Amino acid sequence: MFKKLMAWLSHIWLLMRSPSSASLGFILFLGFFGGIIFWGGFNTGMEATNTEAFCSSCHAPIVEEIKETIHYSNRSGVRAICSDCHVPHNWTDKMIRKVQASKELVAFAMGTIDTPEKFYQRRRHLADREWARMKKNNSQECRNCHEFAFMDFSEQGQRSVKMHSTALANGDKTCIDCHKGIAHKLPDMTGVEGWH
Amino acid sequence: MRKQTIAALCIIGASALLSATALVSAETDAQQAETVVTNNGGITSLRGNVELNTQQQPEELKKVITDRDPISRQYVHQPPVIPHSIRHYEVDLNANKCLSCHSWKNAPESGATKISPTHFETREGMTLSDVSPRRYFCLQCHVPQADAKPLVKNNFKPVDALK
Repeated sequence: MFKKLMAWLSHIWLLMRSPSSASLGFILFLGFFGGIIFWGGFNTGMEATNTEAFCSSCHAPIVEEIKETIHYSNRSGVRAICSDCHVPHNWTDKMIRKVQASKELVAFAMGTIDTPEKFYQRRRHLADREWARMKKNNSQECRNCHEFAFMDFSEQGQRSVKMHSTALANGDKTCIDCHKGIAHKLPDMTGVEGWH
Repeated sequence: MRKQTIAALCIIGASALLSATALVSAETDAQQAETVVTNNGGITSLRGNVELNTQQQPEELKKVITDRDPISRQYVHQPPVIPHSIRHYEVDLNANKCLSCHSWKNAPESGATKISPTHFETREGMTLSDVSPRRYFCLQCHVPQADAKPLVKNNFKPVDALK
């Protein structure tokens, strides 16, 4: 059995090593179009896992919560979907996050948060992790749309100006330090800095 | 062959009859619903002087004051009203967004009004180490304001001390 397998493998190896009789043009053509199809398919797959429909197929209760917030519906219709905040837009970071997300499939299979009770029990843990992630990358996903350099303080409320022109401007604080729970309900906030 | 055709015809006939009776009964139901007499006795409620089965055209929504200086009180023990928007501020078992600015700990930094010491007291007047549960739900007394005309004419005047 093992011998047979080895023989087959060495046959394949030989086939791969020996030059083909096909023209260079044909091989280039194959490589070029194969590349387009592979990359296109990969990208389409990535995009498909970034849609609201895909997220809500498991996270339905959370998707329900965002509906009353300004990021879901507002006067001008400019909105953010799950992936805008939870998946980095930068390519390398996006790939890293997508690989990390494969762990969530295991959690899904094990049913870690498959009932509301289990979910509420674990909610603080999940939130803590997401806050830590955003704190670490200086709230990059907020800043993809809300660019500090273009904030007009004269258009903001006095409370906003007070915070944005000081702590945010000098880098002491980042968006997520104050803006927690803006798109979801909050977990138990006992011991979270700035909450009571 | 002929028997089968007859059977099929019978089935079609029966189903047609059934659906026809269903349609007729649905129509009579609809008629009955329309003729139900509603009478509000000429009483004007919050939804206006309209019959129950008519939908009143709702008024335009009022715009909440987004952010301004504190609004002065009209009488001594009046709970101060909220001079800013509180859209999506969570106040429940898990979190109290109001306290993240108005608590004694956070007020100096945020510049917000501190909550009153009365909010730390039990019903019997004993002072607790934290906000009393009976004062925890801020929005029971403190409410945001809209720039709207009063619904009812009011001649209330603040006491001299607050003028």
